[in-house]
Amino acid sequence: MADQTNRQRLSLIIRGAVQGVGFRPFIYRLATELALVGWVNNSSVGVFIEVEGNRNTLESFLERVQREKPPRSQIHTIETQWLDLSGYTTFEIRHSVSGEKTAVVLPDLATCPDCFREIFDPHNRRYRYPFTNCTNCGPRYTIIEALPYDRCNTTMKGFKMCPQCQAEYENPLDRRFHAQPNACPVCGPHLELWNLQGEVLAAGDRALIAAANAIREGKIVAIKGLGGFHLVVDARNSAAVAELRKRKGRPDKPFAVMYPGLDLVKEQCQVTPTEEELLQSAECPIVLLKFDLSPNFRSPLTPLMKGGTISSEVAPGNPYLGVMLPYTPLHHLLMRELGFPMVATSGNVSDEPICVDELEALQKLNQIADVFLVHNRPIARPVDDSVVRTMGGREMVLRRARGYAPFPIIIPSPTPSPLTPVLAVGGHLKNTIAIARPPQVFLSQHIGDLETPAAFNYFQQVMTSLRELYEFEPELVACDAHPDYISSQFAASQNLPLIKVQHHYAHVLSCMAEHGLEPPVLGVAWDGTGYGEDETIWGGEFIYISEETYQRVAHFRPWQLPGGEQAVKEPRRIALGLLEELLILNPVLEGRGLINNTPLEQTFTPQELFLLKTMLKKGLNSPKTSSVGRLFDGVASLLGIRQKASFEGQAAMELEFKIGEMITDNYYNFSISSSVPAIIDWSPMITAILKDVSDELPLPEICAKFHNTLVKIILEIAKSFPCHQIILTGGCFQNRYLTERTIDQLQQQNYCPYWHQQIPPNDGGLALGQVIAALKPRVSINHQEV
Amino acid sequence: LAHGGGGKLMQQLLERMFLPTFGAAKSIPHDSAVLSLPTDKIAFTTDSYVINPLFFPGGDIGSLAIHGTVNDLAMSGARPLYLSVGFILEEGLPMETLWRIVQSMQQAAENANVQIITGDTKVVDRGKGDGIFINTAGVGIVEHDLLIAPQSVEPGDVILINGDLGRHGIAIMAVREGLEFETTIESDSAPLASIVLELIEAGVKIHCLRDLTRGGLSSTLNEIAASAKVTINIDENVIPVREDVQGACEILGFDPLYVANEGRFAAFVPQESVDKALEILRSHNEQACIIGQVTGRSDAKMGLVTVQSLIGASRILDMLSGEQLPRIC
Ligand SMILES: [Fe+3]
Ligand SMILES: [Mg+2]
Ligand SMILES: [Zn+2]
Ligand SMILES: [Zn+2]
Repeated sequence: MADQTNRQRLSLIIRGAVQGVGFRPFIYRLATELALVGWVNNSSVGVFIEVEGNRNTLESFLERVQREKPPRSQIHTIETQWLDLSGYTTFEIRHSVSGEKTAVVLPDLATCPDCFREIFDPHNRRYRYPFTNCTNCGPRYTIIEALPYDRCNTTMKGFKMCPQCQAEYENPLDRRFHAQPNACPVCGPHLELWNLQGEVLAAGDRALIAAANAIREGKIVAIKGLGGFHLVVDARNSAAVAELRKRKGRPDKPFAVMYPGLDLVKEQCQVTPTEEELLQSAECPIVLLKFDLSPNFRSPLTPLMKGGTISSEVAPGNPYLGVMLPYTPLHHLLMRELGFPMVATSGNVSDEPICVDELEALQKLNQIADVFLVHNRPIARPVDDSVVRTMGGREMVLRRARGYAPFPIIIPSPTPSPLTPVLAVGGHLKNTIAIARPPQVFLSQHIGDLETPAAFNYFQQVMTSLRELYEFEPELVACDAHPDYISSQFAASQNLPLIKVQHHYAHVLSCMAEHGLEPPVLGVAWDGTGYGEDETIWGGEFIYISEETYQRVAHFRPWQLPGGEQAVKEPRRIALGLLEELLILNPVLEGRGLINNTPLEQTFTPQELFLLKTMLKKGLNSPKTSSVGRLFDGVASLLGIRQKASFEGQAAMELEFKIGEMITDNYYNFSISSSVPAIIDWSPMITAILKDVSDELPLPEICAKFHNTLVKIILEIAKSFPCHQIILTGGCFQNRYLTERTIDQLQQQNYCPYWHQQIPPNDGGLALGQVIAALKPRVSINHQEV
Repeated sequence: LAHGGGGKLMQQLLERMFLPTFGAAKSIPHDSAVLSLPTDKIAFTTDSYVINPLFFPGGDIGSLAIHGTVNDLAMSGARPLYLSVGFILEEGLPMETLWRIVQSMQQAAENANVQIITGDTKVVDRGKGDGIFINTAGVGIVEHDLLIAPQSVEPGDVILINGDLGRHGIAIMAVREGLEFETTIESDSAPLASIVLELIEAGVKIHCLRDLTRGGLSSTLNEIAASAKVTINIDENVIPVREDVQGACEILGFDPLYVANEGRFAAFVPQESVDKALEILRSHNEQACIIGQVTGRSDAKMGLVTVQSLIGASRILDMLSGEQLPRIC
């Protein structure tokens, strides 16, 4: 026996993402290997461990726990305590106990290589089984109903494991030890193919094959996946894609595409190593890739994808393609069957959340889908596919959902530390919500635009479900300052102390939080629309945040949006607003027929033009804005790129894409006033753009010069502040040319630019910023309580 | 007009202009009117009218001041009988203008079957008013046993409106802001009491009535939903909006469901009374129709009114604050 005098007992509490990732088997194996005795269990707080052995071995155990922990786990804290011996004789895995819910709910994970191998191995008992998973992969957040993460608290509770599955589940050395969704063809969920009446056309593997045939025939198939339904069509079949657009009422907005494998993706898109890693990650998001079909890029040796290439209907006029790889066994099997890429877009009705229930889908998607491939594993909550792109060589999450949510963001503990439980309700579009229990902030999955009753219901559901999962009772609610956001109105109805957080301030705080930055920072918050403290629409803001307070230190010269929200849908109205403002600034231009030579002129009837001008002159439903997003729209109109938009950001995106391969350092003039806040006057730029248009300068060059001007403005403003941390936030910084050029030039000038990576730069990140604002000591932020 | 505060000139104004115009001239007393009413259930309301422009297609401040108060009485199911009128006139208001307004008021009162029985006039210095302000107060009698109020609204109730929406708001704006549309849009300003009385007399079990004035249909439905604690769903596809109004709204960036009306109301009636109610409303205006229903009870304070849109999903018809600032980006 070992030296008894040196034996001790070590007690550990490990907190973080330690459930559902094979943490206990790992501890079991490690303890057994080191011949330690004791036990491990799961609680809703985290993992408890007690091990006895000799001091050196225990220390090596502690060190190896941190070094060798399972790949999907995250350790936030380890509390250790050395105790007297208790006299254990074996090492065992004990039952879960409950307690305060601070353990982390894990996101869903894409199929691991082991499971992948099994479903394509004819000798394996899970051959072609679409619900195969293990502790390293499979559903988590989409099946969890309560904590701790045990089968009885998931939507798998209705499936009783067969003896073989049960044996795996109980064997600490098995990959499926305590894999809560563990299942096999004998005992687990299965597939069915339904017609529009909900009648079963086929079941099991036959259903999958029949669904594949339907896709091949050009049909629209609704498929129940991990976090909800997809609508699927053959991505090469233009007629099928066009039909899907028609039925979905979605004329232009790009669709995402699922490819069978990476090789085929590389055949059609440019893929950097970072992008390749993202495509194959356990998060398995939709990655925006540069679509490239130019002959010099495609190797002549690679055979063309069978049956043709991606239809131009998939992402009309867009040089990027949203690409994802299969992330569940169901998708792997289907894609293997098809061998070509398929459009996989959210299975929803216009602005509603994605359908998760097969009966609901049957009813709602009845006018869209031709057949339904469904299964009987209930989905606990809708979780969309996440969307990412690379920016400055790093990942930038644009839509944070499957694979990412509800992973917490760890924030520096506020000092003094008011541990008030805060609920933040987010914005209006791309809504997400957040609950804060410092140092953890749980940011919900993408909820969507709060325009429909269904979305508003979903918003309330997500709130209830996060609160229940974490047994969280908010004592403070944070919301946007816009009085007409449904989320703000909801917040106001909660009978709790309310903090209204200015939109762009929240944007800057969200980016600071994700990078753990301390003030002072200069925030560049550029987006489409946000409610400003002067009750106008902001969106071209420079916000300086010091230790004590924040201040709007510079902004674009405001101009009017004739028709308010209608102007946001019609870039030509925004251009008209710009031109009218130009005339006010410089009446000499009046006689030159400013609008006469611009592309927007022909799009209005003379009567419409007269009415709109009257509205502008009288200020009738023509709110003022300083928004850079709107400036993009206006310029896109003046350049004849787009006069009416069918989805958010369309004109701005097209303006970016028009640059193409153009390389220039030229920019337009602008002026910055010496007032506080400083006013950035865009009028010299617009005047020069009009001249360039009439001089017939090539469009790519004008577009590049416009972007370059914006970068130059950031550099100019940055100069006037004694601060090196520059934050780039807001929807405009999804624009790659703008963001990367800004980063580059700021770095050249020895600034430290920060941009979004894990938290969306768009309004999907607002809730995080609102939480941070609410956690700040009240006294110092007087602006904030509007 | 240069009549100072009260005194002799005021007396003249009253005698020369108002007394002959407002029918009951002989009996208008200088201090107060003494009424004898045939019932002890009385409705009483007052409203003030401030509007620019004073004249607009389909009406003027005078007719508006009569319709507004008559309609407020009608919305409780009362039979309007008597009105008082108070004028605040700005020095310099042309006599001719005043005369036209007074004539229009008398005409409107006659059409609405009410008598103007008492009044008052004050003149303020130039620049202290906006031409003319009018206050009217009205007395009506309640001859039924219904409780016409939000608390009577129940799930299953059907919601009807009595005609197309949005004309008044757009007509006013067109004149005030000098907007020229393809056609002249006329206000829908009209008295509503006789239609309401007809509904009641026909035995329609009205649960609630509300005129669709400021904030339009949307605000009305939201207010009722909130005070009755119910949810409401309406169908945008069936709501009549004239093409020219729709066109004007598109240009201006307004939603017709939020635009003011002066001769439109929403009626909440139980299923059993729908056919009768619709028949009566239709006999006055072919465009009267069922727009939706009360779908359930709710304890929530918001998000209660939903609308089935022209295309696709339904949306929340929310309560907007005064100025409609864009929310979309
Ligand atoms: Fe924003
Ligand atoms: Mg009134
Ligand atoms: Zn696996
Ligand atoms: Zn099994």
